Amino acid sequence: MKETVKLITGNEAIGTGAIIAGCRYYFGYPITPQNEIPEFMSRELPPRGGVFIQSESELAAINMVMGAAAAGGRAMTSSSSPGISLMQEGISYMAGMELPCVIVNVVRGGPGLGGIGPAQSDYFQSVKGGGHGDYHTITLAPHTGQEMLELTMLAFELADQYRNPALILTDGLLGQMSEAVEIPVNYKPRAFKKDWAMTGCKGRPPLIIKSLFLKESDLEENNLRIYKKYAELKKKETRSEAFQTRGADILLVAYGTSGRICKAVVEAARAEGIKAGLLRPITLFPFPETTLRKMAERSKAVLVAELSMGQFKEDVQRAVGDAAPVYFKNRVGGMVFSMEEILEEVRKIARRKTGGRKRV
Amino acid sequence: MEIKTVFSKPESLFDTPFHYCPGCGHGIIHRLIAELLDEMGARERTLSVAPVGCAVFAYHYFNFDCMEAPHGRTPAVATGLKRVHPDHLVFSYQGDGDLAAIGTGEIIHCANRGENITVIFVNNGTYGMTGGQMAPTTLLNQKTTTTPKGRSATQEGHPLKITEMLALTPGSAFLARSAVSSPQNIRITKKYIRKAFEVQDQKLGFSLVEILSPCPVNWGLTPVQAIRRIEETVIKEYPLGIIKDTIGP
Repeated sequence: MKETVKLITGNEAIGTGAIIAGCRYYFGYPITPQNEIPEFMSRELPPRGGVFIQSESELAAINMVMGAAAAGGRAMTSSSSPGISLMQEGISYMAGMELPCVIVNVVRGGPGLGGIGPAQSDYFQSVKGGGHGDYHTITLAPHTGQEMLELTMLAFELADQYRNPALILTDGLLGQMSEAVEIPVNYKPRAFKKDWAMTGCKGRPPLIIKSLFLKESDLEENNLRIYKKYAELKKKETRSEAFQTRGADILLVAYGTSGRICKAVVEAARAEGIKAGLLRPITLFPFPETTLRKMAERSKAVLVAELSMGQFKEDVQRAVGDAAPVYFKNRVGGMVFSMEEILEEVRKIARRKTGGRKRV
Repeated sequence: MEIKTVFSKPESLFDTPFHYCPGCGHGIIHRLIAELLDEMGARERTLSVAPVGCAVFAYHYFNFDCMEAPHGRTPAVATGLKRVHPDHLVFSYQGDGDLAAIGTGEIIHCANRGENITVIFVNNGTYGMTGGQMAPTTLLNQKTTTTPKGRSATQEGHPLKITEMLALTPGSAFLARSAVSSPQNIRITKKYIRKAFEVQDQKLGFSLVEILSPCPVNWGLTPVQAIRRIEETVIKEYPLGIIKDTIGP
């Protein structure tokens, strides 16, 4: 596969990845800091025979995505935190109906209208379900412009393969920053047979796409079937990056923007003689808990760095268990920690005589 | 003696008894749609969207592709379907709570975009499935389970004439109101739905047929009293006829 290199923003990288992945239907509503995505799609989709609609609300956007997905199209929407909250009903329906789509959340600080600065405070909403009922959204967390493109492409494949909504969880820092991105040329998106899609009943019995099961035993059966897919997802699709984790005493765990900053922290700590490493989850659902647990067992302390009040830390703590003490560094509300702020935490842990149960 | 079939079940309907209450209008309206799809030979290219409400189970009866939508969002879902399959016949089937209350945003903007879809809007002035609460279309002084003393203009506002509102959007091509209250009105209803489907197939814009329909159970009337109420009372608030026709006869 040939590639060409372009200097583009993270949001444009998402749009580029979507188009390369064969997305031809975009529906969305303006909200900062993701406006570059709908603007890009409004330019790029129509010349390719695709459809761009600026909807009247995020509610309408996700329901247009639902219709296009049910019709067998590769469809997506993007928004930022308050808009994603509005979409939750539709996402729950799509999980229940087993419809694939890609949703991009360029997270901004909350709660409420919050701010527009980078935040990771929609973690629970993204990985635990978000709307009503038993379901999960496949959640991918890029940390560079390159990953914005590649994980968007992957999101479409996973959504189609598992017939479930997939979410790109990012923020305005990554979305608005320009970076050199290698763009695949002549990429052939994987085609999926969509014999479940609404195409008209010519030559086959009519089909029904629904999430209503009034008979309790039917709904239970449906949910158990959906959760079988999640078990398979966990087994086959869990992804993470281990960065300088060999012999690491202090294991940093961070994703997205925080993960990117932590790479610099690890390099600086190593330069000072502190054996630090980073585990960066790429999939947040499924969460790389087995990998994390194994790495925590080999380290003396775990440090979680995140831009929320500890939502991600809950999952890290759950996976680490008693394997190592878990420390925490955060900023919230759109504030972002500097590399130096996290490095200072690393130094403190390294200086500690007793770092919890184990000596560091 | 030669035996000739003069009446039969349309192919576009499954041979399933309707679950609707005695005297309900949904069964008639389902049949009209099915007859038309048969007559137009459109069954195999029809995509439909069922609402949240009594007609959510429309797919138990429709012998063509059908999907559900969240409450009020059927025009948005239908938009998604139509944009992927522009040459298919796409219709959404909605009640008055679905369309005129929770779904006001979607219906107005769908009409304004001139989406080439058809909306079958069944107006019975109440929330049937949830047990007879007030709808935006409930008449003044009409008693419902949430207006026990009758709907008051000062408290609950006036009956909403949303089809007339939609007529203001340039994207709407054909809008009409009919009733399934008499054989004559049923024939007119079918004529309007045919026109709406034809307008869609000619890609002329948004089309909607509002159908006044009886809900005897929640109106506290017998089926015969319910259709009489439509003819004598409801029609005064919601006059029948073509509301907008940019195409002409």
